[in-house]
Amino acid sequence: MKNFVILGAGTAGTTVANMLRRKLPSDWSLKIIDPDTDHLFQPDLIFIPFEMQTPEKTIRPRKGTLGKGIEWIQRPVQRVDADKNQVILDGDERVPYDLLVIATGSHIRPEETPGLLGDEWQKSIFDFYTLEGSVALRDALKKFEGGRVVVNTVEMPIKCPVAPLEITFLAESFFTEKGIRDNVELTYVTPLDGAFTKPIAAKALGGILDDRDIKVEAEYNASEVDVDRKVLRSYDERDIPFDMLITIPTHMGAGFIEESGLGDELAFIPTHRHSLIADNHDNIFVLGDATDLPTSKAGSVAHFQAEVVVDNVMHLIKGESPKAVFDGHANCFIESGYGRAMLIDFNYDQEPLPGVYPLPTVGPFPLLKESRFNHWGKLMFRHVYWHALLPGHPIPVPNHMSMVGKKRPGKLTTDAELAS
Amino acid sequence: MPVVEYAGSSIEVNDEGFLVDSSQWTPEVAEAIATGNGIDELNDQHWKVITFCREDAAKQGTPPGLRRISKNSGVNMKELYQLFPKGPGKLAAMVSGLPKPQGCI
Repeated sequence: MKNFVILGAGTAGTTVANMLRRKLPSDWSLKIIDPDTDHLFQPDLIFIPFEMQTPEKTIRPRKGTLGKGIEWIQRPVQRVDADKNQVILDGDERVPYDLLVIATGSHIRPEETPGLLGDEWQKSIFDFYTLEGSVALRDALKKFEGGRVVVNTVEMPIKCPVAPLEITFLAESFFTEKGIRDNVELTYVTPLDGAFTKPIAAKALGGILDDRDIKVEAEYNASEVDVDRKVLRSYDERDIPFDMLITIPTHMGAGFIEESGLGDELAFIPTHRHSLIADNHDNIFVLGDATDLPTSKAGSVAHFQAEVVVDNVMHLIKGESPKAVFDGHANCFIESGYGRAMLIDFNYDQEPLPGVYPLPTVGPFPLLKESRFNHWGKLMFRHVYWHALLPGHPIPVPNHMSMVGKKRPGKLTTDAELAS
Repeated sequence: MPVVEYAGSSIEVNDEGFLVDSSQWTPEVAEAIATGNGIDELNDQHWKVITFCREDAAKQGTPPGLRRISKNSGVNMKELYQLFPKGPGKLAAMVSGLPKPQGCI
């Protein structure tokens, strides 16, 4: 009997497990290791603070997300011994593997920034990347009557790189609808050189922050929080006072990756950008937020990568070379407040362009533009996630990014034109 | 795209001054970009950062972040700010002939 082991039952791990259970030959066992009882639908975390979604509806029992034939080991991983092909659980119990998938995601590490976890944590300083953080922010916003609200990304990379913009837009819209917008000074603080860094997106959307009177503090690398004075400070000593700080703390890979010596300085695993095989171990696949790849850490990426991993696993099992190729494809809805959202679709090489998605002319989703359609699309996606994506059923969008329907400013581009 | 004369060569840069083609970079180009951006002279510490940034970007396909630079180049965060004033992530990338550090949008 051969052993296929998956670490992490989030979007990436669960999707791979559910696809593989129908494909693995009968002499392979399929195990997935994850200590958490529930599966969290992370895209809803940005809605909870504004009571656009309830915490109860964002989680489902993990048991129901894993299909027949998958053995779920509900234990934390201590370490991977990649030389011996073993996963080590607490109590030194060892789970041997022939092929391993690491899909243990990315996690906030507020302790990396002095002061964040001090006395003001969840009083005036909030994260929204955890269910507890999101709920605490909701409760604080209910009582909030005005003041300086600062949204700060401590450093890149982060999971869902558009989430800081989304929380800013949703907060602006929330304060306006609550009738207190005039009492709020809203500042978007980013380590990048602006809210939009890609030229075409910057051109299409650059005015939106100004229009909504959202200040931008760019190239800002937060070094600490002075808790007593309620001031955010940067390495170049720029002080930003706040009454409410919404922080996007440093993100890192799972703790056991550091223990196992598999990760980089942020515990993300060096991974081949096309095959998704770990750089130093040819029987380990890595996907989702756990990789060090220069694409977004996003659910859509996990989904596109899952198809590539499953194809390449089946090639390896048949003794073939791993032929399937991941192209960096990502797409994301971006909530922009007032019941509207934007949509972007891009890959390693192609920046987000305007146009329509996924079908040319008819869309129905406009790219790089605010629309109610996109907001509905984001809400509809909840259903797709639980009933199609997670169970590993086919979803009618292309795996590789397509230029069909996209428009370079000044010129219509199609796959046929690109090929010629 | 604008073309600038750096150290006797014509180099294509984008509107913000980043090299369009990283392979056109030479140490002399780095010196010229540095001088044009408020760095008097590139010292050994600058070169530690530049060498790491170029090697890392060749492997990763993207310029390294500040933590990655400070953990791996032997130059700490505070010194990075002294060497590459204001925005070391962006300026180190520019002097190293790499694209600007970007988000996904």
